[in-house]
Amino acid sequence: MIIIGERINGMFTDVKEAIASKNKQPIQELAKKQTDAGAAYLDVNVGTAAADQEGTMQWLIETIQETCTTPLCLDSQKTDVIAAGVKVVNAENGLLLNSTPLNKKSDEEVFDKYLEMADQAGPKTNVITLTMDKNGVPQDTDMRVALAAEIVQKAMEKGFDTQRLFVDPIALPVKVPNAQVQVGNILNAMDQIKYLADPAPHMTIGLSNVSQGASERSLINRIFLAMAMSHGLDSAIADALDKDLMNVVATSDMLMNKQIYSDSFLKVYTAANKA
Amino acid sequence: MPVPEVKESFTGSVNRVTLGATKDSGGTRTSTITVGGARNVVYGGSAEEASEKPVVAMDVLDSRPDDWPDALAENYQDVMDSPGDWAKKCIEQFGADLICVKFEGIHPDKADKDAAHAVKVTEEVLKAVGVPLVLWGSGNDEKDNQVMPKVSEAAKGENVLIGTVTEDNYKTLTATALADSHHLITHAPLDINIAKQVNILVSDMGFPLEKVVTFQATGALGYGIEYAYSIQERQRLAALGGDKMMAMPAICDVGYESWRAKESKLADAPGWGDVKDRGPMWEATTAICLLQAGVDIIRMRHPRAVATVKNFINQIWQ
Repeated sequence: MIIIGERINGMFTDVKEAIASKNKQPIQELAKKQTDAGAAYLDVNVGTAAADQEGTMQWLIETIQETCTTPLCLDSQKTDVIAAGVKVVNAENGLLLNSTPLNKKSDEEVFDKYLEMADQAGPKTNVITLTMDKNGVPQDTDMRVALAAEIVQKAMEKGFDTQRLFVDPIALPVKVPNAQVQVGNILNAMDQIKYLADPAPHMTIGLSNVSQGASERSLINRIFLAMAMSHGLDSAIADALDKDLMNVVATSDMLMNKQIYSDSFLKVYTAANKA
Repeated sequence: MPVPEVKESFTGSVNRVTLGATKDSGGTRTSTITVGGARNVVYGGSAEEASEKPVVAMDVLDSRPDDWPDALAENYQDVMDSPGDWAKKCIEQFGADLICVKFEGIHPDKADKDAAHAVKVTEEVLKAVGVPLVLWGSGNDEKDNQVMPKVSEAAKGENVLIGTVTEDNYKTLTATALADSHHLITHAPLDINIAKQVNILVSDMGFPLEKVVTFQATGALGYGIEYAYSIQERQRLAALGGDKMMAMPAICDVGYESWRAKESKLADAPGWGDVKDRGPMWEATTAICLLQAGVDIIRMRHPRAVATVKNFINQIWQ
């Protein structure tokens, strides 16, 4: 399971303050803590902390990479912000671009641009692609699968390895009226997306979205994660510092025989990143 | 109908491990050995995916063995009291890639020799040969914890492969190997779950996983080789699947296990063929079988078996 640590995001107060005062220490600490906790990638999102999003993205990347070699996941809805990040990031150990829809009203070619940026950044750069297009987020299973199929096909046409694709079927907050049905839709979509290519594209999800605004957030997140993993989810943007959540990741991997059992199976992620 | 080409590609690979330190890296070895790196199963994929050739480590005992069958002992009668000369013979005459010093003589049930003896042997062998060394304890936890740290210190700077650590006894030697910058052998009793556990334990102590070589225990032909084979195979597949805790190169102990088999040593066995041939054949067959499951370093004893196995390796890993 590939965990993308979500904490370096300008939406969090501590990160926002660090960005505002150009204080590197809290950012570097979060990078280390998430790595030690088992994150395979660190999400980097400038949030709304600064007017200069491109410059802030670059500052965050450079700050993290001064002290940490964990691959980054550049997170922005703006192509220019991602592009600014790609310019300065070291992608030697890997990189994720997060994220592009299939297309946008304002930019029909957005998906192609992301693939180009990924190739530019290097062969270990992967792209998170949302199953959405200019019509917005799909509300049912079939539309999610149809969009995923188009994404995979388009990548193949461009000669982009499907294993470099992370398809995100988009988790919606369960508390939003009438959105509870979406959880089942997402799981059903996952069952089909994994057969769209051989080898299958990765599947990822913004896990904390599902519990947005709800009570018992950590519980909701980890139960949903276990369910989704059994439907083929092999990556998630999540809170790597939530120990209970990471224990669920390790246990699910083990129960699905993705990890060989050992008595310290809960430590597989933390010990691997420690050494 | 043409035979379809079956190609499987994997995301993970076996760690690449380099043993030995030359003068440039602060040691006195004249050469280093690199093993591992495989990105496929043995015989699977391209030649590049097979990566580094497996190597043969020939056993040198710290004390004269008194239980070796004649067919084996006759090759070493002139050097058995001198580990340095013994090591030299293995390298110069028998083509060993590296030397495994097995500290049999420190075991309390055997010669019960002390740390000073073990250190002297280590120094002798280091002086006698320029290849990287494997330094292997007696298997008695208490005695190994007394002696092996001294052995490790005596070889400091040489980047040896030292072992073994087990689930129940790993702290002393792991800390020592870490301090002296050696590579470490993690040891499990033909049990993949315990194998992974030991790797997690040493890694949790801060020992770098990329400096670990695993020893799953070995069963000889007719004596559990199927268990050893399937565990090695599973380890390789886990490594290829990206399991960092199982991505180490593997060492196996073919020499000792093969020569325990009665087929190797029983002289009075009409119909079994010449006892002089049986042992080397048993040893070579065991080694070649395990090589196909995916092992990287094979400990061996008989020069004829070594020649056969090296010939096999050179033909398969080109």
